[in-house]
Amino acid sequence: MNIVVLVKQVPDTWSDRKLTDADHTLDRGSADAVLDEINERAVEEALKLKEAGDGEVTVVCMGPERATDAIRKALSMGVDKAVHLSDEALHGSCAVQTARALAKVIGTLGEVDLVVAGNEATDGTVGAVPAMIAEVLGMPELTHARKLTVEGSTVSIERETDDAITLLQAELPAVVSVNEKINEPRYPSFKGIMAAKKKPVTTMAIGDAGIAASEVGLANATSTVTASRPRPPREAGQVVTDEGDGAAKLVEYLVGQKLI
Amino acid sequence: MLDHRLPDEYEALRKTVAEFAHEQVAPVIGGCYEREEFPYDLVAQMGRMGLFGLPFPEDYDGMGGDFFALCLALEELARVDSSVAITLEAGVSLGAMPVFRFGTEAQRREWLPSLCRGEKLAAFGLTEPGGGSDAGATRTTAKVDGGDWVINGSKAFITNSGTDITSLVTVTAVTGQREVGRKDISAILVPAGTPGFAVAPKYSKVGWNASDTRELSFADCRVPEANLLGELGRGYAQFLQILDEGRIAIAAVGVGLAQGCVDECVRYAGERETFGHPIGHHQAIQFKIADMAARVHTARLAYYDAASRLLRGEPFKKEAAIAKLVSSNAAMDNARDATQIFGGYGFMNEFPVGRFYRDAKILEIGEGTSEVQRMLIARQLGVV
Repeated sequence: MNIVVLVKQVPDTWSDRKLTDADHTLDRGSADAVLDEINERAVEEALKLKEAGDGEVTVVCMGPERATDAIRKALSMGVDKAVHLSDEALHGSCAVQTARALAKVIGTLGEVDLVVAGNEATDGTVGAVPAMIAEVLGMPELTHARKLTVEGSTVSIERETDDAITLLQAELPAVVSVNEKINEPRYPSFKGIMAAKKKPVTTMAIGDAGIAASEVGLANATSTVTASRPRPPREAGQVVTDEGDGAAKLVEYLVGQKLI
Repeated sequence: MLDHRLPDEYEALRKTVAEFAHEQVAPVIGGCYEREEFPYDLVAQMGRMGLFGLPFPEDYDGMGGDFFALCLALEELARVDSSVAITLEAGVSLGAMPVFRFGTEAQRREWLPSLCRGEKLAAFGLTEPGGGSDAGATRTTAKVDGGDWVINGSKAFITNSGTDITSLVTVTAVTGQREVGRKDISAILVPAGTPGFAVAPKYSKVGWNASDTRELSFADCRVPEANLLGELGRGYAQFLQILDEGRIAIAAVGVGLAQGCVDECVRYAGERETFGHPIGHHQAIQFKIADMAARVHTARLAYYDAASRLLRGEPFKKEAAIAKLVSSNAAMDNARDATQIFGGYGFMNEFPVGRFYRDAKILEIGEGTSEVQRMLIARQLGVV
């Protein structure tokens, strides 16, 4: 089975994250960059499928040059090879452009059986790219998976949303996005780290993937961030006075927050 | 010229272990420490990450790395917790290393793979109730009888010797008398569970409370004659070599603890306010933290240097002793300063610095006291 995992380098959620003043794109200099945690889970799931049967796992990453660190981490976890789409022209691309660009890269990889992605990156939190890629590639989309199994040419998932858990099935090839409950990703071993140094990483400019400059980038984006401001400091909590209906009020609040 | 930057693969390893320590060790270790529980789950995870196999060849299920890789892992673990770090240190550098270094191919094949995978642990039984670095005081004896070694005696303060996954203890014993006053000491492999080999309940310790340390006793304990490790009568020379390396590993543990103190204090100095300012605004605090950082930095350079000599195959006895001396000093001094900076909270076990304070002292004692390190340094300088 040929599995592609989409990975993204994001600012560490523990560090102070901001947008640049100039064009409201991510300020990559301000924070430590890491392989997005949800992508580690996507990689883990692909490696489990590979280890259970046979196959090859390729990571595809769109991002600036330093995203090679995130790629290296995926390789050291056990991924076989990587394709890195890196081009100045991609700067500021929106979710739609990103999905189209990634679909084109996937198109250069030959027969692909399964594309695995995280359901939502921790930086942009758009959460639409996996579904859009499925649309562009004409593949079934199975999103928000908390469990994934492949038997023969059928992929099944448990899709988890606020309302329900839905069991979905589709024929391969398909696109699956996973949520944070899918697994606990492994830590790379030293052997894995050493092996990663020798694994092939193909770097593509947009032209190599058949992407025109007019299809990507801030100037051609379908949506634009026009202003941004830091999140306001956390406000004091709401005090509920118990006048005999305290429990009911608390439950009402928790339901309103979708916590129960 | 000199370059102390880490090559990419070492840096990647350091980061991975740092992540593991923060994500997996930090949340649970306080509880293990308080309950004096051995952290089996963490050890299993470290095993899957290959930490117990770091310096051993892939042939024995090792990672094909080297001793320096082990030291980096130890430093990052000790930055969060020393019990976990010492479990790895003792498991690799005292438990598995003698088998790898002095074992026959059959002995290596039998014991190393499960040790490298971290599924089993081995211990090194050298110190006795009546003698530590003074190996001539060894009283445990081993005599050949009908194709077996018969071992009698006891060992003290043996790390990893009584866990549920301990498979082996390498025991040093007097096997003969060479000349007047000079004992022949040999190393013998004693599998866990051998009749006549008894493991006492865990000690109640001042620190390292989530690690396993016990007293061992041997009463007519029989193991096959083939369990001799290395050459007959060379046990003394063998363990000196193991201890020289082990000092660099202990230095890395000390550097980790000392760095952990800096990490905690830098964070706390920005959070805690007194007299209307974060305490980091007070020079008394700034100077303390600056001194702490300077101690860690110099101690780290010292162990990097000793490790690089070891890897290049050069003599490293003096440098290893210096590294162990300065890093255990740094650990003690930093733990004392960190506790002072944290004030009352520093005296509470629930804060890491309280644990650091309790864990630091043993670094001036274990694997050669600071006095022994000074003795070794002076000897290497030709003073005596």
